[in-house]
Amino acid sequence: MHDPRRYRKFAAGTQPEYLHPAYVSSVKRAPTKPLILLPHTKTETTGPVFGHSLVTAADSDLTAQHSGEPLGERIIVSGRVLDEDGHGVPDSLVEVWQANAAGRYTHKVDQHGAPLDPNFSGCGRVVTDAEGRYRFVSIKPGAYPWGNHHNAWRPQHIHFSLFGAGLLTRLVTQMYFPGDPLLEFDPIYNSTADENARRRLVAKFDWTTTERSHALGYRFDIVLRGREQTPAEK
Amino acid sequence: MSSASQTVGPFFSIGLEHLNRNDLVVPGIAGTVVTIRGQILDGGRQPVPDAQLEIWQADAEGNYSENKCEAAGHSPAKFTGFARIFTDAEGRFAIRTIKPGSVRGIAGAGQAPHIAVFVFMRGLLKPLYTRIYFPGEAANDSDAVLSLVPADRKDTLIASVSEKTDSFEWNVMLQGPHETVFFEW
Repeated sequence: MHDPRRYRKFAAGTQPEYLHPAYVSSVKRAPTKPLILLPHTKTETTGPVFGHSLVTAADSDLTAQHSGEPLGERIIVSGRVLDEDGHGVPDSLVEVWQANAAGRYTHKVDQHGAPLDPNFSGCGRVVTDAEGRYRFVSIKPGAYPWGNHHNAWRPQHIHFSLFGAGLLTRLVTQMYFPGDPLLEFDPIYNSTADENARRRLVAKFDWTTTERSHALGYRFDIVLRGREQTPAEK
Repeated sequence: MSSASQTVGPFFSIGLEHLNRNDLVVPGIAGTVVTIRGQILDGGRQPVPDAQLEIWQADAEGNYSENKCEAAGHSPAKFTGFARIFTDAEGRFAIRTIKPGSVRGIAGAGQAPHIAVFVFMRGLLKPLYTRIYFPGEAANDSDAVLSLVPADRKDTLIASVSEKTDSFEWNVMLQGPHETVFFEW
């Protein structure tokens, strides 16, 4: 038996560092001692399996989880989960959570003085199809203030959590919206040094998935870490 | 190029709690049932009440499962090896599971029994990756991953025996003199 192929190293600047002082919460939570470079064993190249039975239709329509419709601008977020070779990742569990249209989460510690929406919980999940495609219906989340610095506001965003094939493909990220004036001031968005890597976290407005008289379409593709190539593939 | 990681933020529980599970033991499972308890502390030695751990482990024979994970509230019929746990108000967590067997490592060498752990929280722009090992295992001395860790930091990866039988303690120190060893993954 051969050893498992390693996952690829992240390209320089394309991932945030643990310590990013502009994001104040990182200061007491980022490791201070050197990380140990890990060999990738079977522990790292295997991972949990999630079946399509884990999710229901209502899990992918955040506007249909209550008796009434939530307030806000209806959106359809869709795209593909890909590996670094551009292949779709099938059966990937995609979990999302977000604020409501007023910028308030249905979470007990959210103290923002914006109203809750009884028709919006703000969380969903879907498992990708054979080509790695996913689709959610939701409402556009509002921006909201936070305590990081004076008059700090988070840009509008949706949290995404993903599992691929193998533990080390695990990814939690955030999807942002095009043209948001708050992006340039947000320390979390700007924690990634590489400008192209940052821009890839911004969804694209998409006419092809926009539904007439119903909802605006946004396209957001997510790339999970790939394995190193074998000599024969190079 | 892989998409950039971003923090889970403070409100992740609404989106992620559907997979919560603090017990991986299923009826008829082979192996020794163990409980691992711990606490997460930040650089100010303050408990972290808003963290999530995800664990991944082999079964007692050292094999990783391909059984499908079930949502919280549903008891899986078969062992999956995956659990997602939130810390409580005091930053504490507990998991009941079976002690994993030895997993194949690099170049055919066996690895000492271990559990892989991802730690997520507000303030972490990407998850921390670490491992839990078990005390008193002869294989710990030859484990290829533990061998990479400086001798004076190895104990941060090895659970300690608790007063109760088959119960272990393993804490996550994010910073400080006893900072847990985290891996560049």
